[in-house]
Amino acid sequence: MTAPLIIFFVLAALAVGGALSLIFQKHPIHSALSLIVVMVALAGLYLLLGAEFVAAVQIIVYGGAIMVLFVFVIMLLNAGIEEHTNFSKLAGFPGLLLAFALTGFIAATIARSTDTVQAASQPGNMASTRDLSTMIFKDFVYPFELTSFLILVAVLGAIVLAQREKA
Amino acid sequence: MIPTNYYIVLSAILFGLGVLAFIFKRNIISIFMSIELMLNAVNLAFVAFSQAMHKLDGQVFVLFVIVVAAAEAAVGLAIIILTARNRQSLNVERVDLLKL
Repeated sequence: MTAPLIIFFVLAALAVGGALSLIFQKHPIHSALSLIVVMVALAGLYLLLGAEFVAAVQIIVYGGAIMVLFVFVIMLLNAGIEEHTNFSKLAGFPGLLLAFALTGFIAATIARSTDTVQAASQPGNMASTRDLSTMIFKDFVYPFELTSFLILVAVLGAIVLAQREKA
Repeated sequence: MIPTNYYIVLSAILFGLGVLAFIFKRNIISIFMSIELMLNAVNLAFVAFSQAMHKLDGQVFVLFVIVVAAAEAAVGLAIIILTARNRQSLNVERVDLLKL
């Protein structure tokens, strides 16, 4: 066991534990805090993969902005403990089967097809932020401009949707 | 060092847990959070493959996914606020009519 492998398993356990906690917590605010744990663990994994800029964006945008928005809405709507009806318990059985089938399908596909990417990864030997920015502003400049338009439309949509109707 | 397989398997596990949460949760905000969990799982696979292939395209895609997730969160939470205001409930089973 080398040091990066131990760090990987610690972060992976943190991420999976946070995801399980998201499922089993009854109160939405606890689910939101569990999701923040998952996101910070994933940021650590990105650092381990040598993607420093993505790790920083993950913490600032996901852990910061998006989750603050979630927690804000949970508090604004005063969301309580969720209730389960008989029907939702009944729907759980096929749901569980379907989720396991999906995970098994993905696992089988990975087991069959990842011989080509077995190559050991070297952390931190690539992915300088300078190369990343050159790529975004040269090769992906039109998609980048489109995302700014997308954000503009999303903000307009959010304002129109959330504004109170005039009586 | 760490084989890429480990990252992909972790990504698949997180995606499966996201699907489970999506099915089992009854609170509309929790369901929305499980969508974010699935997006995060896909991002991990993107970065892992980008590192394995020694190409930066995967990381650029991750940045685009994060931007789209932010836009989605803004619109989705506005819809949730609207639903909660009209139904006085956050339970998705109470949202079963197109018109009140």
